[in-house]
Amino acid sequence: MIPAIGWKRWLGPGLWLALALPPVRHVLEASMTLQMLVQIPLLAVAGGLSWPWLPRRARDWLDGWNRSGISGIVLVSLVAMVWMLPRSMDAALEVAWVELAKFTSVPLLIGLPLALSWPRAGFVVRGVFLAEVIATAFRMGWLYLVSPVRLCSNYLIGDQRLLGDCLLAIGALTVLLLVWKLMWGRVDIGSLGRRDRPVGDG
Amino acid sequence: MSVLRTLLASLLILVAGVATLAAATDGFRAFTTETARRIHVREHRRDVPERIPLQTAQGTRIEFASLRGRWLLVDFIYTRCTTYCSVQGSEFARLQDRLGGPIASGKVMLLSVSFDPAHDDPSRLAAYQQRSGDRGAGWIAARPVDSADLAALMRTFGVTAIPDGLGGFVHNAAIAVVDPQGRLVAITDWDSPHAAAEYVLRRLPQ
Repeated sequence: MIPAIGWKRWLGPGLWLALALPPVRHVLEASMTLQMLVQIPLLAVAGGLSWPWLPRRARDWLDGWNRSGISGIVLVSLVAMVWMLPRSMDAALEVAWVELAKFTSVPLLIGLPLALSWPRAGFVVRGVFLAEVIATAFRMGWLYLVSPVRLCSNYLIGDQRLLGDCLLAIGALTVLLLVWKLMWGRVDIGSLGRRDRPVGDG
Repeated sequence: MSVLRTLLASLLILVAGVATLAAATDGFRAFTTETARRIHVREHRRDVPERIPLQTAQGTRIEFASLRGRWLLVDFIYTRCTTYCSVQGSEFARLQDRLGGPIASGKVMLLSVSFDPAHDDPSRLAAYQQRSGDRGAGWIAARPVDSADLAALMRTFGVTAIPDGLGGFVHNAAIAVVDPQGRLVAITDWDSPHAAAEYVLRRLPQ
């Protein structure tokens, strides 16, 4: 990992603060599509950019429990599932502590572990994760498109359909990118845990 | 070593994650707010705020306390509605037929509460009832007098109304059942008044 020097370490917290500003929050939560595809991903990015704030020793300790980034990616998948529930998106608008939970858990339990785990993940782990991302995008997109009822009490049905379309597009785009990378990109299939330092083994 | 620790950590995360998901969905039963509200009402009866003054279509004042001792079927409306929710009124008129007996003996009452009190004054409420085919007995249409009261009522009944961008509202229409002790005990689909009627009829002493 490249050590972030100087101002770069402020990008994560800065982005988080910007997202927490009430006007920004209101705009991004006014639509289901913006909340799910802009606000929540940006919160994760803010967490991902904040890894330089973890002391070296803490990162080394975590690495010992996170071979090939597997523990981290399991954590990311489960926390992401919680925030994909229509109910959670609704509750974040209505209940203050749920909103607080979103603003803390998405950066700290999705963005940060993903940033720490992805570089350690090998071909298989990345493949499994991406396959799940693609499947989830299609599954949720299809659900939002076919549901005759509103799944969030706070959002309109048109918004829900738009989110469905966007999710299908994201799923399709990820497949295309993956195919492109497999055909023409450089894929390191050789080691399952590339760049995995043997912490605690030696 | 790091393999075993990773396995252990992943398993712990998996257990905690599944437990969190179970808690967030009421044991994998409710993935939407609407389902959750129905499950909660069914499993934890909640008291309806008794002292909230409502103004009826006739201009008189009532409150939930004065309706106690009978079953109440409550829906939340706004009279300007021109889309599917405008059917709520005729569904209530049909309920007047279906529950004619218990209504006549004072065991059941229907109540429509407007969440748009600024617009829905008594005359508009009366016009709404007439338009819907009001059978004349056992159906009260009313509006909360105070907007703070409206918020409290909507919170208790779990009603969410959002602007539809065309000057109206989109809301989670339903029929709420309040028992004779003044507790909200069930929420049924707005478009199947049968379910609400059956719920009450089964519980009435024959």
